[in-house]
Formats: sequence, C-alpha cells, structure tokens
Amino acid sequence: MKKLTLSMIALYLGVLSLFAQPVRQMDSTYKKRKLSFEEANLVTSYYKQDGNNSSITGGIGTERLTDISSQFSVKLKKIDKKWRKHTIDMELGIDHYTSASSDRIDLKANSSASYNDTRVYPSLNWSMENEKKGTTIGAGGSVSAEFDYLSIGGQFNASKKTKDKSGEWGVKVFTFLDNMKMILPVELRSGPFIPRGTKYPMTDRNTFGTSLSYTQIINAKLQLALLADIIYQQGFLGLPFHRVYFSDNSVHMENLPTTRLKIPVSLRFSYFASDQLILRGYYRYYQDDWDLSAHTISLEPVFKPTAFFSISPFYRLYVQQATRYFAPFGVHTAANQFYTSNFDLSSFTSHFFGSGLRLAPPGGILGWEKLSAMEVRYGHYTRTNNLFSDVLSVHLTIR
Amino acid sequence: MMTNHLFTHLKQKGYSQFIMILLLSSVLLVQLSACTSVKEYQKNKLNDSEMVLSNRKIEKTELSFMSYREGASGANAGKSGGGCGCN
Repeated sequence: MKKLTLSMIALYLGVLSLFAQPVRQMDSTYKKRKLSFEEANLVTSYYKQDGNNSSITGGIGTERLTDISSQFSVKLKKIDKKWRKHTIDMELGIDHYTSASSDRIDLKANSSASYNDTRVYPSLNWSMENEKKGTTIGAGGSVSAEFDYLSIGGQFNASKKTKDKSGEWGVKVFTFLDNMKMILPVELRSGPFIPRGTKYPMTDRNTFGTSLSYTQIINAKLQLALLADIIYQQGFLGLPFHRVYFSDNSVHMENLPTTRLKIPVSLRFSYFASDQLILRGYYRYYQDDWDLSAHTISLEPVFKPTAFFSISPFYRLYVQQATRYFAPFGVHTAANQFYTSNFDLSSFTSHFFGSGLRLAPPGGILGWEKLSAMEVRYGHYTRTNNLFSDVLSVHLTIR
Repeated sequence: MMTNHLFTHLKQKGYSQFIMILLLSSVLLVQLSACTSVKEYQKNKLNDSEMVLSNRKIEKTELSFMSYREGASGANAGKSGGGCGCN
C-alpha cells in the first residue's frame, strides 16, 4: 500500500511535470517573441574649427565654426516564430551650428540669418538575422532637414556567412535624394536681400551607391574586413553660395560638373595582441572622376589595464590630391568651364590624433546598473592649409 | 560588354591605381578564403567589444566632419552621400 501510494505520488508528480513543461516552454517562447528593449545610446559632441580659406568668400576669410550635436538611439529586438532575430534601430539626431563663413553670404551682414542653423535627422533601420542559415537582411530610411537643405535616404542590405562561419559577404544599396535652396551670394542675386520665409528656387542632388564587404576571421586573434563602394552622384554638386573670384576680379558662383563617380576601397583589421592590448587599423584608397584621389591610414592601439577600463590613443593620416577644378582666390579665368575655390577639394595632408577612454564596470557607471558603459573621446585635427579643429564626444550606453 | 565599357571608362579617367588595388584585393580575398576555420568556442577574443570591425557610435561626429572637410568619403561603413556640409 505504501509502495502504491509512493508510486501514485511519483506518477502524479510526473504527470504534473509533463503538463508543467509545455506551459513553461510556451511561456518562454512567448517572451522571446515579444519586442524587447536591447539598448539605448546617447552620443553628444562638441566640434570647433578655424581656418582662413572659406569657400563662401572665394578661398579667403574665416572658417570659424562651432557645432553641438546629439544623437539618441534605441535598439529593440524580437525573435519570430522561425527563431529569426529582428532588430529595430530608431535614432534621432540634432545639430546646432554657428558658422562665421556662412554669415558672409551677405558680405555686409555682421550676423545674418545664415549665421546659425539647426539640423534634425531621424532614421529608422530594421534587420532580420537567421542564425541557422547565417544570413541577415535589412532596410532603412533617413531624413536630414535644415533651413536650406533636405535629404531623404533609403537603403537595403544583405549578408551571408561562409559555410564554416569564418567569413561573411555583405552588400548594401543606398540612395540619398537631396533638395537644396539656391541661396546665392548677395551680390549675385538679381533682387535685394531675401529674408527668411521667402521661397527660394530649388535644385536637386541625388546619390546612388553600392557597398560591398567581406569580413574574414584569420585566426583566433585576427580578423579583417575588405570594403569597396561605388557611388554615383548627379545634380547640383557645388554649393550656390560658394564664391569664385577670377583673375580679372569678377565674382562667380562655384560651378562643378553635374555628375561624380566615387570609388573608395578599404581594408580594416583588428588584432588581439594580448589581454592588455588590441590593435585596430584601417587603410583606404579613394579616387573619383574629378581627378581627386586620397590615401587614408589610421592606427588605434587599445590598452586594457583591466577588463572594464580601456584607453585608446589614435592617429589618422590623410593625403589628398586636388581635383582638377580647384584653384585658389583670383586664379581661375573665363576659359575654365568648371571652377571652385573650395579648399576641401585642394591638395593637402591632414593629421588627426587624440585619445579615447572607455569604462564598463560590471555594476554599472556610478553604481547605476543600467548605465553599462561610458566613453569619452577627444581628437585634434590639423590640415596643411591651416585648418584646425577639435572634437570632444561622450557616449553613454544604457542596457 | 558593359564591364569592358566600365573598365575602359575607368582607365580613361585615370583609375589605373584603383584597378591595381582592386586586383590586389581580389588576390588577398582568395588567400583569405583559404584560412583555417576558428571554432565557436575559440572566438572569445574575437568577440571582445574592442575587436569590432565597424565604426563605433562615438566616432560619428568625427566621420561626419571629415566627410565634409575632405574630398574623399566612403568605404568606412559610414555615410557616403547626402547632406549639405555647407559651411
């Protein structure tokens, strides 16, 4: 009888556990399928530059500019019925800048409407990862709006891992459809100064591109990525308020070809030298059909005295060969079909160096568990044609 | 036919250096595909957050101002078109 009772209890518990198991499974499946919060990121930056080659005043004059930008993004994830991971990334960015050179669209103004502006740029991206098949597909859209410029972007991307999952092919097609107000330098306008609120003539600038990538794990400590883009632009590719002064002292609006084909290729690597040192490197070669070419090389060693703290000094070298349409102030002549005095398209070498700090303690920053990481990064930029800038950024991650 | 036309166009526009780099990249790619595979349990070092092969969020402003202050852009997983860069 005692044996029977024990057997009955065991059977009862067995039956209970049989029922209990599917209920738990259903519960966990349900939880996995729900859209859940993965992380939120806040990046705030302060940027300051100065130089003496503003294209708004024909390649001479101040390039003083400050910019405060903040981007807040939220990432959500969901596992669907087929155990594919969906990720939704929503971002909102706001920049506010003051620009001494933009102020000189009207040469008589001390502080015109163009002295400062705010740019707002929301974006939404979705991706779906199938871990079993090693594939990911995604799509996204973005908008960037400021007083004289509207840019609408869209992209599709797909990637597939190799059979042994040590390599991954990726492809992305993207477009930016831009619309710009034709705000000419004040002396080139037919009428008097046009106040804000007036309808300006509009013009288009469209960008169509494809990015190809291949990443490969070389061994347990080294991985590489190869990237190549083909970017085609069409439309008004200069800026209407960029002045060009010819050798006869006459002033003109910058005039550049209506198409541009850009082809950059790059190689990136990261190497785990030891528990205390990681090396990150990058090289890019760029060429376009305006005869502008450039080499970029950067190196960033990451020192990790502990698993939760890292310091990463960095250096970036950039060498550019000018476009054939560039000449400084007072050099172009009426014989030139296309002309610009924009020093961003001139020949120069630039150096960018600084350091980053990253904190990610297990208990969270300042004891707040959800604030999982904080990064601070400062960089100083110097160009051989006397443009200098500084950028300070702070990044907080909430999980 | 179209590929030939593209390459002739690239040569005419002075893309010989680009073609050379593309060929070298292809050779490198073939070499890479012959690498020994790393098992999932051996990937702990590769999965370190500092080993990431893309740009980090904190670099966004830097990449943005460089794409305006320099003529070259793209092939860095960042934005390679769109926007004004007016100042």
